[in-house]
Parts: sequence; structure tokens; C-alpha cells
Amino acid sequence: MKPTRNWIPYLQVAPLGLVFLTFLVIPIATIVVVSFFDYNTTEIIPAFLRQNYEELLASPVTWETYLQTVEFAVITWLLTFPIGFTLAYFLAFHVRSAAWQTVLFLVCTIPFWTSNVIRMISWIPFLGRNGLANMTLMKLGLIHHPLEFLLYSNFSVVLVYVHLYTLFMVVPIFNSMMRIDRSLLEAAYDAGASGWQTLTNVILPLCKPGIAIGSIFVVTIVMGDFVTVRMMSGGLSASVALMMANAMSLLQYPAAAANAVVLLILVLITVGLMMRVVDIRKEL
Amino acid sequence: MYSGRRGPAFWLLAAFFTLFVLFLYGPTITILVLSFQGPSGQLTFPMTGFSLHWFRNLFEPQMVGDFAGALRRSLVLGVAVMIVTMLFSFSAGLAFRSRFRGSNIIFYLAIASLIVPSILISLGIGLLFRVLDLEPGWYTSAFGAHLTWTLPFGLLIMFAIFNRFDRRYEEAARDLGATPWQTVRHVIVPIVAPSLIGVGLFGFTLSYDEYARSLYTAGNFNTLPLEIYGMTTNVTTPVLYALGSVTTGVSFLVIALALVSFTWMRRRRARHGSDARKAV
Repeated sequence: MKPTRNWIPYLQVAPLGLVFLTFLVIPIATIVVVSFFDYNTTEIIPAFLRQNYEELLASPVTWETYLQTVEFAVITWLLTFPIGFTLAYFLAFHVRSAAWQTVLFLVCTIPFWTSNVIRMISWIPFLGRNGLANMTLMKLGLIHHPLEFLLYSNFSVVLVYVHLYTLFMVVPIFNSMMRIDRSLLEAAYDAGASGWQTLTNVILPLCKPGIAIGSIFVVTIVMGDFVTVRMMSGGLSASVALMMANAMSLLQYPAAAANAVVLLILVLITVGLMMRVVDIRKEL
Repeated sequence: MYSGRRGPAFWLLAAFFTLFVLFLYGPTITILVLSFQGPSGQLTFPMTGFSLHWFRNLFEPQMVGDFAGALRRSLVLGVAVMIVTMLFSFSAGLAFRSRFRGSNIIFYLAIASLIVPSILISLGIGLLFRVLDLEPGWYTSAFGAHLTWTLPFGLLIMFAIFNRFDRRYEEAARDLGATPWQTVRHVIVPIVAPSLIGVGLFGFTLSYDEYARSLYTAGNFNTLPLEIYGMTTNVTTPVLYALGSVTTGVSFLVIALALVSFTWMRRRRARHGSDARKAV
């Protein structure tokens, strides 16, 4: 680029930058500001109070909810990581023709392009009291009463998380695996490594960036989720975002904002820890 | 494992993969079947007949809020988000090919936009509009909220594309006397066009299915996911499944369109090879 044209990149990046400024930076700043505001039943009043935070952190419900949310995130990660890794491993190393790889990869990704809410609803005829799962189990004589915990429970919440978000693990891990130089695997094989040893000593370390990116996606989505918890737990479980949404519906905006700030800090710390494993900019 | 024969590991993994695909598609297929439930049928099996009753029901306005209106709004919004995502990410992708001051800030903003939970963006924009005393609308605040979700993806995909882009094509164009604009228009755009269409369609579906980011930003008129969510809480007939089938159908149509246009462009390129001399 000629030095005289130095302003061109700024012009090119300006629209994107403006969108982020208007709809990301300023709104988040608004949340932070409003979290210090006072409020009553009808309006929010500009002020500088710590009260919203004090009330939030003094309540045992808050801590329980945060614990529950973290628990959901950890359990979901513990399930989506091995499942996603196994699927990616199969696609990358066991499916040999590139055409089949593309087709099977598409098969995995297509449901992602459809509505999440609809995909949640579709579990109802499966898991309900008279759903397919219970009917089948009863017909087989394995159970005599319908299992109640299948729908509207923490079980169904986690099941839907795995259903919706495993893909976020598969794609980046698959991407990492496809970049592994195949001669490394042959070298490991020639040096006498078993398939398992190759997997744990060669493939797994080289997939770290993909695993980190997938984990960041899954964990942040679950930590900020409230639709799944609200729909699939039938009101029996809570999540931080759901707590926020409830405060919003009671028009307690500053309380919701304070909660949002705490959640944001928690998410950023979690992501910061995971980013230590990977330099995202190098991965593109 | 790396020899010619497929060992037990392959079959085990293949079985695992198949199970996962069943897990992925099973529920959707179930509601697809159940949406043809007979008029007296329930939310679960058995089927009491086979009818289009619930699909007709879906488009009767008195039955379910404003489904047709919500669908129309979501389609318009999705197309707008698609176009803007393509333009802005392409332009920003071009900018990122040269080092400019502040590029890191933009990059980390894009990452932040991905990892900040959607509900916080929604809440923030909702609060901002409230503080400024503006009326949120699906074509203003929700539009912006959706862009904060689609643009980072668009930008990251553009990075990946331009990292694999052979700059010699551009240099050749420049050597032949093309202006910067001609280089973009006749060299860069045609090369990245298929990926750019991918970015656009990706943006469309992200927007079309977005719930959390629309929640506090859509204003008085619901977009489709909000309408669907509202229905799930107060409709207990198979009309819900009909709705699911129709929206899934629209999504699949978009995916099919994407795949068809990809193959078409690839074929066209293979056939024509070069578009030399068409620039002037």
C-alpha cells in the first residue's frame, strides 16, 4: 500500500466499527451506568448507588443461581467435549474421501441453521409423560410407571444443551484436526506408537486451539442462556440470565443491570482463562 | 489405523456417529410427522389420522397471534441483515489485509461481540433506547442487535478467506493498469464471491432464528422466534408442530439455495475459466 492511501483501511473498517460502537460498546456501557441507578415501581432514577450490587450479592438465591449456571456449563462441557472430539476425530481421520467428509460434515451442521426454539419443542413428544421414550421403555417392560424426570428437569435442560451446542465443539476441533500434518501421524506410527498413544500424544495436543475455541463457545452460550432453562426445566431450574429476565419483566432494570455486570465479569474471566490456551488471531 | 483395512475402531466410531445423527435429527423428524396429526390428535403419539388441519390452523389469524406478520418481519430483517453483513464484513476484511492502527481494537471488539451473552446485548440496547427515550423497533434496535451477532462471524470468515487469497492476482491486475476500484470489482469480488454468499446466508439464518437478541430490542412487533416462543407457552395443540415444520422448512430452503448456488458458481467458474477482457 502506498503511504498516501493510509486512510483507506479506516474507511473500509468504519461501518463495522460503528456498528460495534453503537450496538455493543455503548449498550454495555449503558448497562454498567444503569446498574448504579436507583429505581422504584414505575421509573429508573439516575443516581450512583452500590445498593443494587449489595442486594444482589447478599441474597443466597443469587449464589445458588450462579452455582447452578456454572454447574450447567461444566456438565455441558464435560459432555460436549468428548462427544464433539469423537465426532471430529471420526470425520477427520476415519472418513477418507473428501467428498464423504463434506457430506457428513454438512449433515452435522445443517440442524444448526434451524430454529433453536423449535428444536427444543421437538423434544416434547419424545420426553413427555406419554412420550416416545416412556412408551418404549414401558413396552419393553423396563419400567412400570412413566419416568417423570425426562421432561421439565435439569436432565432435559442438559440434554438440549448437548443437542444444540455439540456442533460448536465439532467444527473448531475438526478444523484443527484437518490442519495436522498427516506425516506426523505416520512418524508416530513408525516410532511404534499405538493408535491410542498417537491420539493422546500427537492429535490431542495439536487440537488444543480447536478445543479451546469450541469450549469458549459452549461455555459462554450456556452461561448466558435462559431460553433453554425456561423452556426445558418447566420453571423448576434457574439460570443467571433467567433471573435477569425476571427482574426485567418486573421493570427492575437497575437490578437486572447489576446482575448483568456480574455475569459479564464472570464470563470474561472464564474466557480469559481459556484464551491462555490459544491465540485466536493465529488460528485464522 | 493407517493401513488399508478398516479396523473395529472405524466401525465403533461410525456407529457413534450414526447415533449422534439420529439424536440430532430424531426430534425434528418426530415433530414433522406429528404436525400431520389428525384434527382430534394430541401433542404426542399415537397419530389419530393424517391431515393438514394444523397447517391451515396456523395461518388463521385468530388462532395464533400474528404468525404471518412475524414471518414477514423476520424474512425482511433477515435479508437486510444478510446484505449489510456481506457488505460490512467484506469491506472490513479488505481493511484488515493491511496493518492499521486500532486493528487490534476492532478485532477484540468482534471477539467480545461473540462471547458477550446475547441476552446482555439485548438488555443493553433495550436500556440504551429506554434511557434515550427512543422507541425500540425490529428494524432499528433489533437490526443492530442482530448485526453484533452476524458481523463477527462474517469478519472471521473474511479473515480465513483473505488468508488463503493469492495476492498475485491483484498485483497482476495492478501491473495491467487496473485502478484500485477495478481490482476490487473485477478481481477480488469474483474470487471471494462464493464465500461472500456463504457469509450472507449464514447471517440470514442467524438473524432469522435469533431469539435472545430480539427479546428487548424488537419493540411492539414480534419477530418470528419471539412469536414462536410466545406460542410455546400458551398453545398446547399440534399447531405448534406445524409451526415448527414450516419454519424448519424455510431454513432448509435457504440451506438448499446456498448449496445450489455454491455448486452453480463452481461449475460456472470451471466452465468459463477466465473472464478476461470483460472488465472494460
